[in-house]
Amino acid sequence: MKLSTKLLAATAMVAAPAVHAAELEVTHWWTSGGEAAAVSKLAEAWEAAGNTWIDGAIAGSGGTARPIIISRIIGGDPMAATQLNHGRQAEELIEAGLLTDLTEVAEANNWADLINPPSLLDACTFEGRVYCAPLNIHSAQWLWLSHDAFETAGVDVPADWNEFVAAAPALEEAGLLPLAMGQQGWQQNIAFGTITIGIAGVDNWLAVNRDKNIEVAEGPAYTAVFEAVEAARALAADSSVQDWNLATNLVITGQAGGQIMGDWAQGEFQVAEQVAGEDYSCLPGLGLNAVLDTGGDAFYFPVIDDEETRAAQLEMAAMLVSPEVQVDFNLAKGSLPVRGDVDLSAANDCMQKGLAILASGEGILPSGDMNLSADTQTQVEDLMAEFWSSDLSAADAQARYVDIIRSAD
Amino acid sequence: MSDHVSEQSAPAKRPVQLFRNMSAKIASIPMILTALVVFVGGTTWTVVHSFTSSRLLPKLDFVGLDQYERLWSTPRWLISIENLAIYGLCSMILTLTIGFTLAALLDRKIRFENTFRTIFLYPFALSFVVTGLAWQWILNPDFGLQQVVRDWGWESFAFDPLNNSKIVIFGILIAGIWQGSGLIMCIMLAGLRGIDEDIWKAARVDGIGTVKTYLRVIIPMMRPVFITSLVLIASGIIKLYDLVVAQTNGGPGISSEVPAKYVIEYMFRAQNLAQGFAASTMMLVSVVVILIPWAYLEFGGRKRG
Repeated sequence: MKLSTKLLAATAMVAAPAVHAAELEVTHWWTSGGEAAAVSKLAEAWEAAGNTWIDGAIAGSGGTARPIIISRIIGGDPMAATQLNHGRQAEELIEAGLLTDLTEVAEANNWADLINPPSLLDACTFEGRVYCAPLNIHSAQWLWLSHDAFETAGVDVPADWNEFVAAAPALEEAGLLPLAMGQQGWQQNIAFGTITIGIAGVDNWLAVNRDKNIEVAEGPAYTAVFEAVEAARALAADSSVQDWNLATNLVITGQAGGQIMGDWAQGEFQVAEQVAGEDYSCLPGLGLNAVLDTGGDAFYFPVIDDEETRAAQLEMAAMLVSPEVQVDFNLAKGSLPVRGDVDLSAANDCMQKGLAILASGEGILPSGDMNLSADTQTQVEDLMAEFWSSDLSAADAQARYVDIIRSAD
Repeated sequence: MSDHVSEQSAPAKRPVQLFRNMSAKIASIPMILTALVVFVGGTTWTVVHSFTSSRLLPKLDFVGLDQYERLWSTPRWLISIENLAIYGLCSMILTLTIGFTLAALLDRKIRFENTFRTIFLYPFALSFVVTGLAWQWILNPDFGLQQVVRDWGWESFAFDPLNNSKIVIFGILIAGIWQGSGLIMCIMLAGLRGIDEDIWKAARVDGIGTVKTYLRVIIPMMRPVFITSLVLIASGIIKLYDLVVAQTNGGPGISSEVPAKYVIEYMFRAQNLAQGFAASTMMLVSVVVILIPWAYLEFGGRKRG
């Protein structure tokens, strides 16, 4: 008994410093087919440099994984690197000194000039120091349209949201669902945000989301938004699916005219072997304002009290932003790269639209994650979940929205 | 034993009360510590932090009752409370009624009693998550109960509680009762078996009907059994969470939200610890407000009387 205890202790003592410097545990929540393929690109690049990648995939969405990741960091059992959405999610972890400062890597690799749009790096920067490595860009402001559905209804494929609303009665007559909508708060919130940008315009959106301007939130521009959402609610009244990919599937199979969803929906069209421009169309910013927000994924590196691990963390941060990794990863994932100087000619029609918007430098918005705290976001999602599934009037919903923005921090 | 002997042989030394049954006291130290540190300590910590503005990390900058003011003006919390009240009241009444009725029927010395008892108790062996999923499928309008009845020929039959925000809580209630009433039946049956056979004989001699005997004689005699059942049901109600997550996940919209789900989501998804703590403190307060006077009457009163 005693001998075995001693042996165990000895093993532990030997094992503890034996962790190889470049053996990093990486947690993330990319577990679907396309996502897993993209992660393996990162692991390959990391191992090609002679290091070891310990994969810590957490099944479930970010909502499931994020609490696990954060409680591990807070609880003193940090992983070496982890995916998070950049923005305000990690603010308090940085304040508490739990995340590694990457400023030297950022300066050595000239991130300040390379990363496009610059707002991505801003979202990683806290009080002048860089704390995360941006990896890709996902935008939420897309309307996906089924060519099949509009053909069945005998109308042209709409070019913007107004045409879409006008075409809705024809779709309904043909027995089709005009707008597919998964009955979950975050999806309804995406639709709300997208309609806001389309109807009220970028300036009003920024005034409310970034500057928390109450007057604009109470004003006529937002009244029009809530009325438009109320109208969209009627178009989606018969949509009883829950998950976003089931709603996308309604569009793919031509049972629904369209869906408002982020660019990750594209993966579903690809898996179904549909061709952008022939079988489906995509309208960034609802075709009204060609703008995209620039949310996405970034890697954070929790502080680990070991100089060699720290060096490896910095090495990985530099690798994630390198041109080769950016191309391989983003082609596999269907997301946009964080730097403008890489060649993505293999990307399809819809990705090219997104790249064009990024390259133009106009119409780029910071994402909701960067503007609103998780607390405020949850409240808005709750409001949207209630608004879309009940007969709450547009005026009441707007009043409640104003309250949330007023108390936002 | 040896202690006892030595005490008697030396009556001059009075044994110190604290050191009596030393081994038993030492053995219970871990449990005492757990109770103090985990329950009392953890609860105090939570209540204290509910008065702060803690977000992702707990910190002690006090903001008074702000979190509670926000909590009670949040529609989602109010809906959660309303749902819990409806679920709690219905579940309490129906589980007790169904449990007792089933037990009374089984107690009539029927054939295959064991088989029936097993069948009724089986749902309790399933977790809430499995129960929730199973009932989500059963209540699914496209291939569940509604479709089956329509296939039988009743074309206009409509029963789709889970997609109707006005009655969704009753869809959850059905699953909750299905799961819980078997256990209550077993407890009731044990209570019924504990009733002396002579009571029945006396009732028969006096010419009292069976139903009347149950209502007027047997049920009052089974008071402790009912109390046990009530405590079990009540604790099941207040912690209602996994059933909702599995069955509707709070939907449609936020119409089947419950307080425990609010606590979890504000603590972790919304990264607002203090708001979640305020909600959990309210849950604790509601339990205390109901339980303490009742426990006082039930247990304290009898000692005196």
